[in-house]
Amino acid sequence: MKVVIMGCGRVGSRLAGLLDIEGHDVTILDTDAYSFRRLPPDFGGTALVGNGTDEESLKKAGIEEADAFVALTQGDNRNVMASQIAKHIFNVSKVLCRTYDPLRRELYNTLGIETFSPTTIFAQMLKEKLEAEE
Amino acid sequence: MYIIIIGGGKVGYYLAKALLDEGHEILVVEKDPDRTEFICGELGSVCVRGDGCEVATLTEVGTGRADMFIAVTGDDEDNLVACQVAKHKFNVPRTIARISNPKNETIFKTLGIDVTVSSTNIILEHIEEEVPTHPITHLLDIKDKGLEIVEVKIPPHSTTIGKAVKGLKLPKGSVLALIIRSQKKPIVPTASTVLQAEDQIIAVTTPESEEALRTALRGS
Repeated sequence: MKVVIMGCGRVGSRLAGLLDIEGHDVTILDTDAYSFRRLPPDFGGTALVGNGTDEESLKKAGIEEADAFVALTQGDNRNVMASQIAKHIFNVSKVLCRTYDPLRRELYNTLGIETFSPTTIFAQMLKEKLEAEE
Repeated sequence: MYIIIIGGGKVGYYLAKALLDEGHEILVVEKDPDRTEFICGELGSVCVRGDGCEVATLTEVGTGRADMFIAVTGDDEDNLVACQVAKHKFNVPRTIARISNPKNETIFKTLGIDVTVSSTNIILEHIEEEVPTHPITHLLDIKDKGLEIVEVKIPPHSTTIGKAVKGLKLPKGSVLALIIRSQKKPIVPTASTVLQAEDQIIAVTTPESEEALRTALRGS
């Protein structure tokens, strides 16, 4: 599977490493080359400086042949914009998007972008943990 | 009309001012507290501090009853999301987004924004018009049809001077609409109209055949 990941933060770099080990073809984009220090030393994929909301950068990252796109920058709006470009302009079949804002997650899910909110997931997990230990 | 403006920068502030003068009900949503205070001080209580991309903020300001929603922050992605939230969550009939990167124009259209205004393109076009040797000037885009109206000036030593319109190799889909000659009335060109030096030609064309039209009219 060819995967394009936007945002080489803690989650992005880790996901890139995991997919790379399993033999997937991974390209990771970030606007800051310094972020690539987070990638594992034996990372075999491609790390590319570029903005995921820019069509040209996405083309360079091979979005036209990609099977999946994951948006993981710190900006919710950047993530949903890039995800929509991947889905509606480049017709990538699997697009996953992170938004911290749960309400935006709800909206973009109804608009057909598979969106996850770490805020909701983590809060829920903590709640369950607390209740389990009572 | 009730109009919501996202972003209280220079564009947002002057837009609010102009629309207030026209008698509309205006609300500006701005992230920065100092800027919010400034706008309220200048224009009255028409500015609220908040994130215009957040459903909670937009609910608070009554987006559900807005007739128009205009996002003019400096960030394209913020303007896109604000307009999409307004459109899909609150069913605002008309959304307008400012875009800085001209490349985003088609993307925003595809993603359902009603109107986009590219500040970069507008500035470029106005400057282009002021360059006297600029061969082709954009006058108007007919966006839904993929057509544009342009002006081409015939320079004094052009190889097409003295040729009739029917002898020009005009690209397909391009039509000469009007010829303006100095001091005279504008003429509607026919097949037998002969080109003269300094003619100003107003033509309808497509962005793709712009270059071919320029060559056909001015020679290579």
